[in-house]
Amino acid sequence: MNGLRQFVRQWFASGEPWIWMNAAAVGISITAVIGILGLIAVKGLAHFWPADITLIEYVDEQDQPQQIYGELVELDALPVSQFLEAGGPAAWVAPDQEVTERWLVKTGNRRINPPDFRFIYVGQIKQISSPPGVFAVERIEWGNAYGQAQSLTVGRESPQRVNPQDIEATLVERVARANEIRGQIDEIEGGVLNRINYELERLRLEARGLSLQGLESSARMTEIDATRAELQAEYAIHEADLRKLYEQLDQDTLVLGTADGRTLEIDLADVLHTWQPNDMSTLAKLGHYTSAIWRFLSEDPREANTEGGIFPAIFGTILMVLLMSVMVTPFGVIAAVYLREYAKQGPFVRVIRIAVNNLAGVPSIVYGVFGLGFFVYFLGGNLDRLFYPEALPAPTFGTPGLVWASLTLALLTVPVVIVSTEEGLTRIPRSLREGSLALGATQAETLFKVILPMASPAILTGVILAVARAAGEVAPLMLVGVVKLAPTLPLDGNFPFLHLDRKFMHLGFHIYDVGFQSPNVDAARPLVYATALLLVIIIVALNLTAINLRSRLERRYRGVES
Amino acid sequence: MNEVTNMESNVDSPAADDSLEDLPKSLHVNDLSLFYGDAQALANVTMDIVKQKVTAFIGPSGCGKSTLLRCFNRMNDLIDDVHISGRIEFDGYDIHDESVDVATLRRKIGMVFQRPNPFPKSIYENVAYGLRIQGEDSKAVLDERVEWALKSAALWDEVKDRLKESALGLSGGQQQRLVIARAVAIKPSVLLLDEPASALDPISTLKIEELIDQLKNDYTIVIVTHNMQQAARVSDYTAFLYLGELVEFDDTDTIFKNPKEKRTEDYITGRYG
Repeated sequence: MNGLRQFVRQWFASGEPWIWMNAAAVGISITAVIGILGLIAVKGLAHFWPADITLIEYVDEQDQPQQIYGELVELDALPVSQFLEAGGPAAWVAPDQEVTERWLVKTGNRRINPPDFRFIYVGQIKQISSPPGVFAVERIEWGNAYGQAQSLTVGRESPQRVNPQDIEATLVERVARANEIRGQIDEIEGGVLNRINYELERLRLEARGLSLQGLESSARMTEIDATRAELQAEYAIHEADLRKLYEQLDQDTLVLGTADGRTLEIDLADVLHTWQPNDMSTLAKLGHYTSAIWRFLSEDPREANTEGGIFPAIFGTILMVLLMSVMVTPFGVIAAVYLREYAKQGPFVRVIRIAVNNLAGVPSIVYGVFGLGFFVYFLGGNLDRLFYPEALPAPTFGTPGLVWASLTLALLTVPVVIVSTEEGLTRIPRSLREGSLALGATQAETLFKVILPMASPAILTGVILAVARAAGEVAPLMLVGVVKLAPTLPLDGNFPFLHLDRKFMHLGFHIYDVGFQSPNVDAARPLVYATALLLVIIIVALNLTAINLRSRLERRYRGVES
Repeated sequence: MNEVTNMESNVDSPAADDSLEDLPKSLHVNDLSLFYGDAQALANVTMDIVKQKVTAFIGPSGCGKSTLLRCFNRMNDLIDDVHISGRIEFDGYDIHDESVDVATLRRKIGMVFQRPNPFPKSIYENVAYGLRIQGEDSKAVLDERVEWALKSAALWDEVKDRLKESALGLSGGQQQRLVIARAVAIKPSVLLLDEPASALDPISTLKIEELIDQLKNDYTIVIVTHNMQQAARVSDYTAFLYLGELVEFDDTDTIFKNPKEKRTEDYITGRYG
């Protein structure tokens, strides 16, 4: 007994339990991080793989045989008792079974056969096969369509049916053609028409501004009318081009036969992409996979964000974080320099320092409310009254937008920058300040030539922490500028190029919106994971850039601090 | 070579014969007292610093010798809660006068600190720093002055091939000569050296001492040192401070061979300190 106590005491004294505990804590943390990243990576990335389109033969509740095409998405299990309680037919489960399984099947063809996701119990299924030749068609609207190609009609004036053996090749060619025409349409609509509309709007506002000042008969007014007429003429020309393109686009019709013998007519004008997964080699699937990921990253969202890409959200997130950094860095550094270098150290400065530290703990939604009340309504409203009276009552800056979101997040993260800059300033040896002052430098010269360069790694640490916090923040953004779908990017070719007043999309909010506000939960779920993965990757990338920069600066100043 | 003759000339320098009052003065200290808060660090110091001579301050730790040195270029301004009374004249004007620009004063009275404190910049930029502060941008002028300053500090031959490299890569002794070059580059008239060799090895110390000997031809040098042999070797005049008080100030030979005060003698013979 005594021996055991002795042993335990020695064991504790040796420090070994601590080492075990520390190792366990580190192990748990690493496992958690890897687990989270692994889950979102697997779930998110698997979505883009072109799954086989299976033909499922099963019996329905009335015991009638049914056939349907669909992608097998997920197999899950539920207890038989629960299944029976919910009114499931006893015939679908074996008597000795405790759990039954069911497939979540993406059946597509939402228009004729809703909903496009459904559960089919393993007990219902007679046979699952992957018949060759089945087409998957990705459409602009209504999601995917699955079926065997029955016919393809080309041309509108004199429609021609394509020979059955040529359908595959002709389809690829005609879809490519449709995509090309759609590209031209986008170019006109997003480019020149967008510019003309933007300029017309500016002219309208200028004219209104002039009439508000009582200058209706000024020379400028006649100029405006002339320019407007020119622009409208230009618009008419492009509109005619556009009409022609739309006519060219709307030419071909594909008829798909579904598994239950119905037909589905699809205009190729609506088709983005067709593929035949059951006939694809692994290499072809890999190609499809890569291009699907690329389209996810580079395209605009469609169908209430449940289809298409997330490019505007990526763009908005990065732009907002960069703007925030540009705002928060000088502000935080200046404040920290004053607190540390100029202010007389005393109880008052100490109180301010404590207050700054505590600001970091204020819940972010509170900043959102403040941003809405002060920045958007007060600052923005007054800006509108002073500089944009011609647009009123439609607000310009008096409404949530990019600049207010960036400012709000800058305010949210400024304590972090102040604290780490101050720490950096404190660490600079007194001897270096004295060395500079002794050479006849003023305090300001010493600050700019010696102290701030040396404090730059610490400043960057602050910016890294600020970026990490700001990029993941969603709650305050919902009040000050983020929207579900922004029609235009905040950066474009129209002067002044960076439109600080525009609303923007954000990955964090996109996750919330797609995952929880979406009309089609099953279609959106993989996108939630993919978007989450992307958000993590972007934050890590932003941080790594800053960390890399910092370590370069640190190398330069290594050995000074002693 | 050069230093041998200098050392010899030290022994029978004209100062040994002339009286202090007749020589041109660089700094004149009159009844200077300094307090850190309530603690008195200097008490009624009155002395003259002779132009183009080396004056050494010796005394035990905490005697106020560094504090006195830092008064000359108003480095004590940086410390909160310092109170100074009395007068310090430099070239005939009061350095505490309101019309005096501290930065300008410090350009004329350069300082080298106990520990080498090069900036984390290249060797070249360290030496050019003071000139750039004064607005000198011409590369030709800077190149010429940097070379001249590094030669003055006997460092040129060691670093001429790596001027663009970081000054932090130099050895301690080289760094100390670099900061001397940096101080010399703006051509001050006075150089204040605050224990310039105390953080260095014997060989580097010897080099610094040789350097001081050369520099005194062009500059008025005031050196604070713990090392009495060093004071005896390099200085023309020596001041002994004790507990904030200037106990004795005379030419170095007199102080070391024939001190008037008992306290001086006790310190020099190692009875305290």
